[in-house]
Amino acid sequence: MKHPTEEQLMAYREGETQHREEISAHLKECGECRNELERIEAVLKALEEFPVPDPGENYERQVWQRLAPKLPEKRARWWQMWLEPRRLATAGALLAVVVAAFIAGRFSKPGGPAPVAATQEQVRERILVVAVGEHLGKSEMVLVELSNAEAQDGKQKRVNIGAEQRRAGDLLEENRLYRQTALQQGDTGLASVLDELERVLVDVAHSPENVTPAQLESIQKRIESAESCSRCAWSARNCNKGRTK
Amino acid sequence: MNESVESLRQSDAMAVERVLAGDRDAYRTLVERHSRNVHRLAYRLTGNSHDTEDVVQEAFLRAYQKLGQFEARSNFGTWVYRIAANYAIDRMRQRQKEDTRRELPDTHGQDGSEQDPVALVRDPAPSPERLMQSTQLRRQMQRALQELSDAERTAFVMRHWEGCGIEDIAAVLKSNPSATKNTVFRAVQKLRRALEPFLDARAQTKVMGSEV
Repeated sequence: MKHPTEEQLMAYREGETQHREEISAHLKECGECRNELERIEAVLKALEEFPVPDPGENYERQVWQRLAPKLPEKRARWWQMWLEPRRLATAGALLAVVVAAFIAGRFSKPGGPAPVAATQEQVRERILVVAVGEHLGKSEMVLVELSNAEAQDGKQKRVNIGAEQRRAGDLLEENRLYRQTALQQGDTGLASVLDELERVLVDVAHSPENVTPAQLESIQKRIESAESCSRCAWSARNCNKGRTK
Repeated sequence: MNESVESLRQSDAMAVERVLAGDRDAYRTLVERHSRNVHRLAYRLTGNSHDTEDVVQEAFLRAYQKLGQFEARSNFGTWVYRIAANYAIDRMRQRQKEDTRRELPDTHGQDGSEQDPVALVRDPAPSPERLMQSTQLRRQMQRALQELSDAERTAFVMRHWEGCGIEDIAAVLKSNPSATKNTVFRAVQKLRRALEPFLDARAQTKVMGSEV
């Protein structure tokens, strides 16, 4: 080959693959081009010696100290607050409560004859529990699906939770109705559970359609760890109710 | 990929998530981990300590403000590098506008000790002649680097000193990879023209010294 150009020699030095073998073969033969390449190398090597002053041992800390007062408090976006650990623990606890309530609801379903001695108030309460049980069951499914959602492949950066969001939106209206009814019935415990659930449903309904797999994974872990504790809380509520009735 | 590099990236990604969730102090980890590299880049781009500190502070401040837009969360280092390089270019242009009469430190003594990196380097046991040549060469380097266009200087520093990929440099220069390669080439070519005579003189001295 002809003598490579200066540009080709620099590209060769950078590891470019184009004409690599030809240039390599040429360099073995041609002292002039070897010399040219050495001169390029010498300039770049000399430039490497261009000094940068050492900023000192505590430089990292100094940068932070100067920077920190300038950083505005970053208010987490509300949906990120929901993904934040403490909120996730609450969401996890709620999910477990929902599961327990759902089971309770199923057991309370009118299958056999109602006890003769049941008062009108007890009947109303039972109807409410059944209806709320169904509602909580549906809510549970949304939250479980949400916590089981995952990226379709490892490279996917966001997971679409649009379907769960729409269902959460529908459940919101029902939830408000049951919460008000529970309050009217004087069941503040149930009203409080529904109130918490309403917050989660609002958050889900208004969160972005796409969340990162890391955020989802985080939700799943929190839900898992909080589940057993909240089962106890729900049982305690039922025991207390039993004692007061 | 190197395992420790990978675990650093994961740790960066976690810190970014925590900052986005409202934990401002998590940003400290990112600042402390990357500030030294950003400092080196900034110094090489601006050539003086005052602008370097300004670039470092501004780069981390802008990165914090834009953190929500940062998608590739595993590579915070490259991202803050880009922000620093972009700001350094703006800063250099602004400087040129502000002070068109600014002279090189070697022709005017003002600020020379702070701005002239020659004073910061120790040459082990240099002979008076070697010291003079080495000093001349370094001043010539500074002059040659300052005479490059902003894009050439940025392309050269990022490519040859910081080892950045062509794609990253192209993003900073708002250019395409092919044009960026060209810019790197032009920069090296200009530096070569400016420095080779000095290198030849030094080589000549070495040869003569060894003959004595």
